[in-house]
Amino acid sequence: MDEAPLIMGNPTFASITQQISEVVENKPPKSWYGAFAAASAGLLLLLIAVSYLIWEGTGIWGITSPVGWGLAIVNFVFWVGIGHAGTLISAILFLLRQRWRTSINRFAEAMTIFAVICALMFPGIHVGRIWVTYWFAPVPNQMNMWPNFRSPLLWDFFAVGTYFTVSLLFWYVGLIPDIASLRDRAKTRSKQIVYGILSLGWSGGNKQWRHYEMAYLILAGLSTPLVLSVHSIVSTDFATSILPGWHTTIFPPYFVAGAIFSGFAMVMTLAVIARKIYKMENIITMYHLENMAKIMMVTGMMVGYAYSCEFFIAWYSGNVYERFAFINRAFGPYWWSYFSMIFCNVVVPQIFWSRKLRTSIPVLFAASILINVGMWFERFVIIVTLARDYLPSSWEYYSPTVWDWFTFIGSFGLFFTLFLLFLRYVPMIAAAEVKGVLPQADPHRHNGKH
Amino acid sequence: MSETKQVAAAGPSIVLAEFDGAAALFSAAEKLRDAGYREFDCHSPFPIHGMDRAMGIKRSPLAFIVFACAFSAVFFMIWLTYYVGAVDYKLVISGKPFFSYQAYAPPIFAMGVLTGAITAVLGMMALNRLPRLHHSLFRSKNFERVTTDGFFVSVQSDDPQYDEARVKAFLASIGGKNVEVLGDE
Repeated sequence: MDEAPLIMGNPTFASITQQISEVVENKPPKSWYGAFAAASAGLLLLLIAVSYLIWEGTGIWGITSPVGWGLAIVNFVFWVGIGHAGTLISAILFLLRQRWRTSINRFAEAMTIFAVICALMFPGIHVGRIWVTYWFAPVPNQMNMWPNFRSPLLWDFFAVGTYFTVSLLFWYVGLIPDIASLRDRAKTRSKQIVYGILSLGWSGGNKQWRHYEMAYLILAGLSTPLVLSVHSIVSTDFATSILPGWHTTIFPPYFVAGAIFSGFAMVMTLAVIARKIYKMENIITMYHLENMAKIMMVTGMMVGYAYSCEFFIAWYSGNVYERFAFINRAFGPYWWSYFSMIFCNVVVPQIFWSRKLRTSIPVLFAASILINVGMWFERFVIIVTLARDYLPSSWEYYSPTVWDWFTFIGSFGLFFTLFLLFLRYVPMIAAAEVKGVLPQADPHRHNGKH
Repeated sequence: MSETKQVAAAGPSIVLAEFDGAAALFSAAEKLRDAGYREFDCHSPFPIHGMDRAMGIKRSPLAFIVFACAFSAVFFMIWLTYYVGAVDYKLVISGKPFFSYQAYAPPIFAMGVLTGAITAVLGMMALNRLPRLHHSLFRSKNFERVTTDGFFVSVQSDDPQYDEARVKAFLASIGGKNVEVLGDE
């Protein structure tokens, strides 16, 4: 296979460090301040919405009897799903030795961590009495009460909690050499001390690298099953119930494919913005964006297959309730959400068949936004079409209240606030790993020949 | 009394030499290994493929530690779910058996992965003697480039055949530049 350079412009080791570190060392561009103002306004909205929720209770939301979970779980599944691309890039692509991952893994991992923070918030506030959420943990308490390990909601607690912690550790281990780089470049004493402590005293010796690389490999190996298990377990919240439309074995793989699909769309959105603002076009090249577009196309078609398979099974099973649930999804009162989902998730990714379209930045950006809108609608469709229960007497048209929307918009505020702080204070690209894929990093390369 | 304590607390002294790039560092490592040096290290901004063998050091034992701890966590969780579900807090839920091991798989698996990941990070730090606030290497101004584009060899005075003058001459003969001695004062 012909090997084109992964990083453009023949950089040296020094120029890579310079380019990535100066983002953290210099003042951010004006556009950063504008974005940060908007994001923190969203975060303020979230704080107001959540404070009022804790004060008043979940009655301020639009949840009703058949739709008891409402937007809280729609948003939870949406945000957990987005996290998956980061883990796929950092773990699975690492094990598969996809060297192009080095340009995008750092901020994809950051995205994972922040998305999981947003996700964990929703079940946390939805329990109503948030001061007793520790009952999820198997700790002996004054009521001699233990959690029920058979419950998928408890599995979620373990799966998502583990996912968050492992992602954070993976991210931090990857950061150590780059923080050491900031330490060595620091001009002031206070920065030297802070970066010195954060980089743990890293000296880049091979006796350190050998344990470091082993730790990285093990973390990648441990995260790989998490990519598949976390969203599978989230899907069992639905699949282990006996509701028509939810009680299906296709849910775990279908949720995982959808998670990777939406996660790559979010990485694309963030990558297009970050490489433009910080002029990283030579490190995050069109090759990287095109690869992500191809993954989105594949996972988009898996999701499309799952939609049609569900319909097929609804007909083939001969179960009238199942059949009703699906006809109701597409042609019931929420038909608009179903067809938004189909358009965004199945029709839009088809444009990536064309090389011209999948290498056009505006097209990629617009498609990535549409795909995330579509993936949000997918969860909305799954959860809200429950509004037609077995008994017509319990039929209700669920509509979210203004507080539902404030919380949802506010979660974007939280996500982008964290992400912008990350861009400002942490090297956004794994400099040490990018150096490792440069041609001159190969110890057996002499006089420019391999 | 207090003086000897200080000397004991400080690390060994180090001879540091700079090399031109990954390939030069790699061949320097092989030469040091073949000359019989043990307590030396090769510092680079990124891990260099095959360096362990060039330096004559073994594979990291971290995987065994992680394996042992992760499986201990798995067995602990099997016990915990059994104890909670079948001994201490028996609840009949949809007529399921008290020890429904199939349903317990997700939390057992999650705790195994979590413990493995924490062990991998803490184990890596322990094996690398990290975190540490200072090292004799950081006395060198030149060594600050190790995380950018500097490639260095350091030979420690606790190596059995350490002799400052000989080490300096040897490092210079295999292509080392800016050779300096970092004392333990």
